[in-house]
Amino acid sequence: MNAQLQPTGSAYFIAKETEKPETHTLSILVDNEPGVLARVIGLFSGRGYNIESLTVSETEHEKHLSRITIVTRGTPHVLEQIKHQLERIVPVHGVVDLTVRSKELGQERPLERELALVKVAGKGDDRVEALRLADAFRASVIDANTEHFIFEITGKGSKVDQFIAIMKPLGLVEICRTGVAAMNRGPQGM
Amino acid sequence: MSNGHNDQREMQSREMTGAEMVVQALKDNGVVHLFGYPGGAVLPIYDELFQQDAIQHILVRHEQGAGHAAEGYARSTGKPGVMLVTSGPGATNAVTPLQDALMDSIPLVCLTGQVPTALIGSDAFQECDTVGITRPCTKHNWLVKDVNELAATIHEAFHIATTGRPGPVVVDIPKDVQFARGIYTPPQTAPRTSYHPRVQGDLEKIKAAVELMATARKPIIYSGGGVINSGPQASQLLRELVELTGFPITSTLMGLGAYPASGKNWLGMLGMHGTYEANMAMHDCDVMVCIGARFDDRITGRLNAFSPNSKKIHIDIDPSSINKNVRADVPIIGDVGRVLEDMVRLWRASVKADKKALHPWWEQIARWRARDSLAYRMNDDVIMPQYAIQRLFEATKGKDTYITTEVGQHQMWAAQHFHFDQPNRWMTSGGLGTMGYGLPAALGVQIAHPDALVIDIAGDASVQMTIQEMSCAVQYEAPIKIFILNNQYMGMVRQWQQLLHGNRLSHSYTEAMPDFVMLAKAYGGHGIRCEKPGDLDDAIAEMIEVKKPVIFDCRVAALANCFPMIPSGKAHNEMLLPDEATDEAVANAIDARGRELV
Ligand SMILES: Cc1ncc(C[n+]2csc(CCOP(=O)(O)OP(=O)(O)O)c2C)c(N)n1
Ligand SMILES: [Mg+2]
Repeated sequence: MNAQLQPTGSAYFIAKETEKPETHTLSILVDNEPGVLARVIGLFSGRGYNIESLTVSETEHEKHLSRITIVTRGTPHVLEQIKHQLERIVPVHGVVDLTVRSKELGQERPLERELALVKVAGKGDDRVEALRLADAFRASVIDANTEHFIFEITGKGSKVDQFIAIMKPLGLVEICRTGVAAMNRGPQGM
Repeated sequence: MSNGHNDQREMQSREMTGAEMVVQALKDNGVVHLFGYPGGAVLPIYDELFQQDAIQHILVRHEQGAGHAAEGYARSTGKPGVMLVTSGPGATNAVTPLQDALMDSIPLVCLTGQVPTALIGSDAFQECDTVGITRPCTKHNWLVKDVNELAATIHEAFHIATTGRPGPVVVDIPKDVQFARGIYTPPQTAPRTSYHPRVQGDLEKIKAAVELMATARKPIIYSGGGVINSGPQASQLLRELVELTGFPITSTLMGLGAYPASGKNWLGMLGMHGTYEANMAMHDCDVMVCIGARFDDRITGRLNAFSPNSKKIHIDIDPSSINKNVRADVPIIGDVGRVLEDMVRLWRASVKADKKALHPWWEQIARWRARDSLAYRMNDDVIMPQYAIQRLFEATKGKDTYITTEVGQHQMWAAQHFHFDQPNRWMTSGGLGTMGYGLPAALGVQIAHPDALVIDIAGDASVQMTIQEMSCAVQYEAPIKIFILNNQYMGMVRQWQQLLHGNRLSHSYTEAMPDFVMLAKAYGGHGIRCEKPGDLDDAIAEMIEVKKPVIFDCRVAALANCFPMIPSGKAHNEMLLPDEATDEAVANAIDARGRELV
């Protein structure tokens, strides 16, 4: 009582966040139907969640199923909300937080791979150096003429990041990345 | 061979146009009333409606009205509400009721017309991206491009709207699909594989809840709209649980009536304008049983001071409601009715209730109750708004009464001073707080219950947002009563300006007001004005007596404010009570930092 003597916050009380944000990878199995991706993305933007990477493709044609992989960042509490909110979407079959699952399986993190196409143009020493480094990164040349290469590189996101950083001074022209594809190790499915 | 012949004949009988399918699908889903408004993109469906009598179409005056009417219909019957609107502006006008239904979990099926498939994306006349616009304000939506999928889609729409946590759905039907011929598929019980709401609660969790409840010394039940959505059986079980346990019970705005307000364990509503005893009991309890409610910010007050010493049991059908705002110690996911059934059974089998142990708690509650937090100062010359509601309540006792409201102070006074003994009798826009909800909602309720007394407790500002539905009420001889607590202000806005903005009443006074009595007459209804407390009972009696739509202009004290109140950002035990709400206290109740955040 005597509320007037105790100044405080607001009806929209904005609690200080005490939990630390974490980056998690989610796998979402959905019916492959029009608008399903918009529903998933709309949920993230509408509720203020982050998307750091998004990958989607049909995985089982006969069953009309697609698999969406999202890398997101949030506190454990927000990550739990994201999972439940995704599960409310009618064409969503299931959501697995691969990061949580991998911990449960006693593993450090899920398997995550990304593919990138990297176009590098240049002549002389830079060109030789680019080819040499690509070899060290096990990137393959998928197109080339005397003035450019297009490399295909696959690996963890950090490896792709590094490769791109190294190519920058050597005549990097453009990059296309697929975003993360991920699953958990071991015999079980999601 | 002859079988094949029959199949073929049956197929032929099931071949029809898309528009015919719409009407057939509505019939097959038990629809008898449909709220709508025609336009180019739904004319084929309107043509079919013209040629049948099984479904009555109610012609509203604005698509928003159709939506709220369908919501009122749904909330008062437990059946889905259905609306039909045209493309473009028809669909965009439906957005407010869709979001309203989403936030209050109301089963609402909205059929929209769309421009012909070939024109989609071309900015055709009255085209809009209906599924895009309504995606975030529906539980699910569909654009049907193939007439052979139309019937199945409508059946699925009804299924999704009414099961799990209920909500609004939209089926968008291009005009060429309405004309096209295809095969009608009857409703079937093979819903899509990705959708299975969990209804049965985990028995182990329910056991743990019962054990926790059995040890409680300061328990409270906090119930919400989920109990009403679950059906009358759930309200019955809730009453049984209260009776068995002897626990005190409070409820959210949306849950009023699930437990009777005349019941001896009732503490009144909780939350921002809830009673002192309800909020104090929430704050001090040791075990909280939250049943079909969602710890909304109007309920919890300041979150980090919310019921600090209690263990919380949370029953909800929607897993995303659990741990969203408040952490649950015992989460139970399932339909409230099913979970309560198990809970009551387990309690009966395993607990010997020691109601004596709750005595000190009830004594404490009695002390809080003695503060009489809903008290107000009577006045012989001016009608106090609370008094008007009390008289209205007295006059309707023993009648088959349904109440809807608009949004504002009058809504809170109605919740505080009108008492509900049954579920499905109280229709209000809780989550979205939509001014203009009450009048069309009352219309929808009246269509569902033609002989009942249906009253919209309205505010002078809100009612003008959908006043045009008076015309609809007159057309369908729906004798709804619009009981306006006319304070000439957007009272709730003014109250917050007094609390937060140094009493600078920016645009919250309505300088020009229609003559509501003449307005009622202009629409073909009946108008009543009352200005003196002494005339109120007779005027209310007249309102109830008249078998026409009535607008009752009840002139009330203009500057009355709604208390008690948990001021901005305060905890449950920091309520501003009416006897403490001096002008100075009101002006200082919220500090500068609070003002920024509101
Ligand atoms: C559509 C809509 N617009 C604005 C608001 C914000 N609002 C909440 S209460 C209110 C004033 C309502 O005034 P009135 O209907 O006269 O009710 P009173 O508070 O005076 O009882 C307003 C503008 C709202 N809730 N809904
Ligand atoms: Mg007003």
